[in-house]
Amino acid sequence: MSDKKKPNRRDFIFTATAAVGAVGAGAAAWPLIDQMNPDASVKALASTEVDVSSLQPGQSVTVLWRGKPVFIKRRTENEINEARNVNISDLKHPEKDEDRAKNPEWLVMLGVCTHLGCVPLGDKGEYGGWFCPCHGSHYDTSGRIRKGPAPTNLEIPKYEFVNSNTIKIG
Amino acid sequence: MSDHNYTPSSKFGKWFNDRLPLLTLANHLTDYPTPKNLNYWWTFGGILTFCLITQIITGLVLAMHYIAHADLAFSSVEHIMRDVNYGWLIRYIHANGASMFFLAVYIHIFRSLFYGSYKAPREIIWILGIMIYLLMMAAAFMGYVLPWGQMSFWGATVITNLFSAIPLVGESITTWLWGGYSVDNPTLTRFFTLHYLIPFLILGLVVLHIWALHVPGNNNPVGIDIQKPSKDTVPFHPYIVIKDLFALLLFMIVFAFFVFYSPNILGHADNYIEANPLVTPAHIVPEWYLLPFYAILRSIPDKLLGVVAMLSAIFILAALPWLDTSKVRSAVFRPLYKQFYWILVIDVLILGYVGAMPAEGLYLLIARVATAYYFLHFLLILPILGKIEKTTPLPLSITSPVLGGSADLAMAKNTDVRKEKL
Repeated sequence: MSDKKKPNRRDFIFTATAAVGAVGAGAAAWPLIDQMNPDASVKALASTEVDVSSLQPGQSVTVLWRGKPVFIKRRTENEINEARNVNISDLKHPEKDEDRAKNPEWLVMLGVCTHLGCVPLGDKGEYGGWFCPCHGSHYDTSGRIRKGPAPTNLEIPKYEFVNSNTIKIG
Repeated sequence: MSDHNYTPSSKFGKWFNDRLPLLTLANHLTDYPTPKNLNYWWTFGGILTFCLITQIITGLVLAMHYIAHADLAFSSVEHIMRDVNYGWLIRYIHANGASMFFLAVYIHIFRSLFYGSYKAPREIIWILGIMIYLLMMAAAFMGYVLPWGQMSFWGATVITNLFSAIPLVGESITTWLWGGYSVDNPTLTRFFTLHYLIPFLILGLVVLHIWALHVPGNNNPVGIDIQKPSKDTVPFHPYIVIKDLFALLLFMIVFAFFVFYSPNILGHADNYIEANPLVTPAHIVPEWYLLPFYAILRSIPDKLLGVVAMLSAIFILAALPWLDTSKVRSAVFRPLYKQFYWILVIDVLILGYVGAMPAEGLYLLIARVATAYYFLHFLLILPILGKIEKTTPLPLSITSPVLGGSADLAMAKNTDVRKEKL
């Protein structure tokens, strides 16, 4: 038939209707999908202030930020040296400790294993840092992944020292 | 078979059936010709139907008392256990019912693997079955999250984090699934909704599964086609119905043992501790029925590849009808396949065992070997085996191996009996 060769007016109307219908269906589906994303009130819970004046070297505190644990560790001289004397090329996810802890004494990072989200245990593991009990990831005293299935180092959140005793996360 | 020319005997029945042929359907289901050599491994379809209905009914009742909120979920479950009349019974049936459901589905799947029920012309039945199995896993996982105990919370965290392994969009997908930056109240409420929905999706797929089954009819232990329905089959009712009911009774004894004598043996004590986002339990393990896949996930030291391997282990099953190149269905006539079948069974059991153990040292090594073998079985052994295996001779009909030499005479007698019944 000739309409196989050349699209006629009816073909055009079919295609145009289907295209408009598809766009409409997509537009109608978006609110149904996006309603599952975090809303503004969740996003607004962005920052937490923590008083760290009572922490002695070697001690750490875990606080909740956006529903996730954040480790604040006051590191000892040994731990700092250990973290800074690592050969960067040996690391799975190469990052300098200097970039991870601006103030060498204070390490602030998300306590969420980058593998599948468990909370690693402190002062454990083969590198004297953290160890994730779920699937056996070992992190060093800078929170960098050294062994195990986790792909990246423990994440450093945005934070700042409001004054010498208070850290603001977020 | 009187499917298409069935006429109800009563006048009202005829009037109704002309407008909605429900009676024709009922007649088809009653008279449905079933191979007469089906053994007890074929009773698990009926058992699974029972499991699904049990889960839906007990789940409906639990939902009347459960509160899907991060602050209240844990205590509402304790309220069900302590205060609600028979709440303990209904919850224990529901929780153990999930395990019984998986027990039955694994037997059902391995029966298919042994007797080659997934082969032509039953590929669609098989794929529908795999879809049901996937939905069962999703429903079970989300259901386990609802009590909001430590295992609920951390199981949910680990499983939803699997999606973060997807390159580029993984983080956004995980945040979308959570409705926040961690597993929290929005996650709980949506899991509750989906947990409620999925059983009805499964029910729909079960209807399709049975529909697809009724087109070619059942496979059977010798795996050959029906030659003459009058000789090789019996009507579904009463023969199979009674056999299914008897098997169901035995199954319910096992079920009742767990519910009444060790209702928590299949669970984890940690789940009686309320969810705490700051502390991960020392040893996270999923429910027993997910352990083999969990072992596969952990056996691979790379996040993305681990997730890919775990999902492939499930999806590879859907391709099974094409991976198994043998024309002979039943393992009874496949001397080599029969051995590899049992090695696979042991392999999966080993994976389940190491999945429950810590992922280190010898366990990790065993998990890796077992994972490799699992894929080897489907991707290499099955395709090659079909080409090189020398199968033993198939019987001429379903009836002949039972009746031996004097088949003709016996069959004739059998036909007479059937005629009398009809």
